[in-house]
Amino acid sequence: MSVREFDVANEADYDFAAVERRLGVSRRTFLNFCTGIAASFGLGTKSAMAMAAAIANPARPPVIWLHGQECTGPTESLLRSEQPSFEHLILDLISLDYHQTLDAGAGHRVEEVKHEAMKKHKGKYLLVIEGAIPLAQNGIFCKTGGQTMMEATREAAEGAAAIVAFGSCASWGGVQSAAPNPTGAVGAPQFLTDKTVVTIPGCPPNPANFLGTVLYFVTYGKLPPIDEKGRPKWAYGQLIHENCYRRPHFDAGRFATQFGDDGHRKGWCLYKLGCKGPETYNNCPSLEFNNLGGGVWPIGVGHPCFGCSEQGTGFNKPMFSLADVKTHTPPNVFPIIPDRQNPASSTVVASAAVAGVAVGVMIGAAAVAGKKLGDKDEQAKAEPGKGA
Amino acid sequence: MERRGFFKASLGAAGAALASTAVQARPNLEPAPEAVGMLFDSTLCVGCKACVTNCKKVNGMPPVPFGDQVQSDFALDLSSKTLNVIKVFSSGTGATKDAEQNGHAFEKRSCMHCVDPGCVSVCPVSALTRNPRTGIVGYNPDACIGCRTCMTGCPYNVPQYNYDSPFGAIHKCEMCNQKGVERIDKGQMTGCAEACPTGATLFGTRTALLAEAKRRMALKPGDTYAYPRGDVRKPDSFHEKTVPQYQPTVWGEKEAGGTNVLHLSAVPYDKLGMPPLGERSYASISEGVQHTLYSYMALPAVALGGLTWLVKRNTEAENKGDAE
Repeated sequence: MSVREFDVANEADYDFAAVERRLGVSRRTFLNFCTGIAASFGLGTKSAMAMAAAIANPARPPVIWLHGQECTGPTESLLRSEQPSFEHLILDLISLDYHQTLDAGAGHRVEEVKHEAMKKHKGKYLLVIEGAIPLAQNGIFCKTGGQTMMEATREAAEGAAAIVAFGSCASWGGVQSAAPNPTGAVGAPQFLTDKTVVTIPGCPPNPANFLGTVLYFVTYGKLPPIDEKGRPKWAYGQLIHENCYRRPHFDAGRFATQFGDDGHRKGWCLYKLGCKGPETYNNCPSLEFNNLGGGVWPIGVGHPCFGCSEQGTGFNKPMFSLADVKTHTPPNVFPIIPDRQNPASSTVVASAAVAGVAVGVMIGAAAVAGKKLGDKDEQAKAEPGKGA
Repeated sequence: MERRGFFKASLGAAGAALASTAVQARPNLEPAPEAVGMLFDSTLCVGCKACVTNCKKVNGMPPVPFGDQVQSDFALDLSSKTLNVIKVFSSGTGATKDAEQNGHAFEKRSCMHCVDPGCVSVCPVSALTRNPRTGIVGYNPDACIGCRTCMTGCPYNVPQYNYDSPFGAIHKCEMCNQKGVERIDKGQMTGCAEACPTGATLFGTRTALLAEAKRRMALKPGDTYAYPRGDVRKPDSFHEKTVPQYQPTVWGEKEAGGTNVLHLSAVPYDKLGMPPLGERSYASISEGVQHTLYSYMALPAVALGGLTWLVKRNTEAENKGDAE
């Protein structure tokens, strides 16, 4: 799929009226949504229009959606996504061929549909994995239709055009991968080591991050730039600490020390209560959660971030233990300690032995001065015109 | 006077001074009986600068702005407006905390409250004093004549003078116990230790802090340890953290006679800007030299005698020249 250019002059080419009917949203709301998603990528109006065109295009990419060890949190949060309401969008943006939670059908018939879809759209479908994959004892801890999650994932990954791991469980193992991890749960990237897996961690993950990534895929036919952990850089490029609106309190040393204390009521930094913002990469401070507004996200409502999206932090570190502060960005800059080998900085201390010699030199200098005084007198006498 | 004679005289005088020093220098002072201090653990510091902010609040000092922005404190070093400052050591990429290569480490600069303070030793009017009980190096602005000798006498470059004021004074950390603040006398702790969210700055008696430092150094790197916050003798809370690989010494146990403010670090102390110091305090050495030189005014009298003799000799030679 190549990039579809969208010319504003030819807006009539795209049947937004049909989109209105299909999605049950006004054209204005729809374009607003696309612009919002594009803006969160840092893209301009042109890209927003390209996205709008891609969504308006009735050719929808097929999606196979697998569930592993999880609580269905990612699907649940996606269902509650708004602007436009998610069910309209998901049915018209993508062709959801298989989804264990949302499928109306059940049993072997649904499994057949899945296999048919995978065969028919081989190399073209988008695979979304939700939930961890247990590896212990050949993966018997998670089975659907007689197939273990290991087998189902391997099978579906073979013919997928792109793989998206949605939620912390699929991204790095989630809660069940924390010690002692009796089922040997791992995330999709750890299982599908030979494939590129885009991860959208979070517990639950922000639906906007998933939607943005999928829209990018639908629009440009490729996945957005990702970091070494497979996370889209536009969403997970910065620490929560870097954009947190409580950050000025951190920089000024104003901390809430107890829930409900004076600092907590005043909205001070939650670091001392165990906030994991300084080690968690996510865009919660800018997007908050689920379009609810009103500062609704953990730090916004006065609870420290617990690092749900960060491998090794969420479910692994105690909730109220102090975070490791990973980075410092302006305005918090520090004076550099200069290298001591630099001779310019080594003049601070004069040793007492040197001082002793200096005393001797001073006496000598006084002697010379005494002699010079005599010399000057001589000169003055030789030249009577000049005063001594 | 001949060149030869000049060198003889000056070397002789220097030799006499050094020889008598070696014999008469006093030993380092001992820590005060109830010495209070602080333990700064660089590996715990996260660079939030809460200590700097609270220090300014407690001591009524203004933030140092950077250009037009006044939201943050941009103090680059100790000054007459800044009694403590967080600095950073950085090498290579600076990515790893507390690593010497490609790492960074934070360092708190403030008065070390030396056991045998150089500033107190050099002060000609005893404006700087060591409290005989708490060991806090205090300052009396009413006695100070503004000579700033203390600034040259401090190996850590701590005392600072406000040059912009016509009534300039020395500014240095007095452990929040100066007149008008007196937190230690009231049984409180220092402002910086009170504010520190990680316990990187810990308050307590020197003995208790030294024991705590030794305890940390004896731990196995990689284990977890409950680090106390606030006052080491009655911590207000603890937080658990992985033990780093500490340097084998506590800075301030012996350096230049020891300090009441102790430092722990995972990177070598010279990287954190600490000067190369022996175990002898400078005060003990220089006082030995000075007190010997001026003992009963004997050496000044000898020097004066020598000078008189020289002048007399030169004048005689000159008079002789006139006669010829």
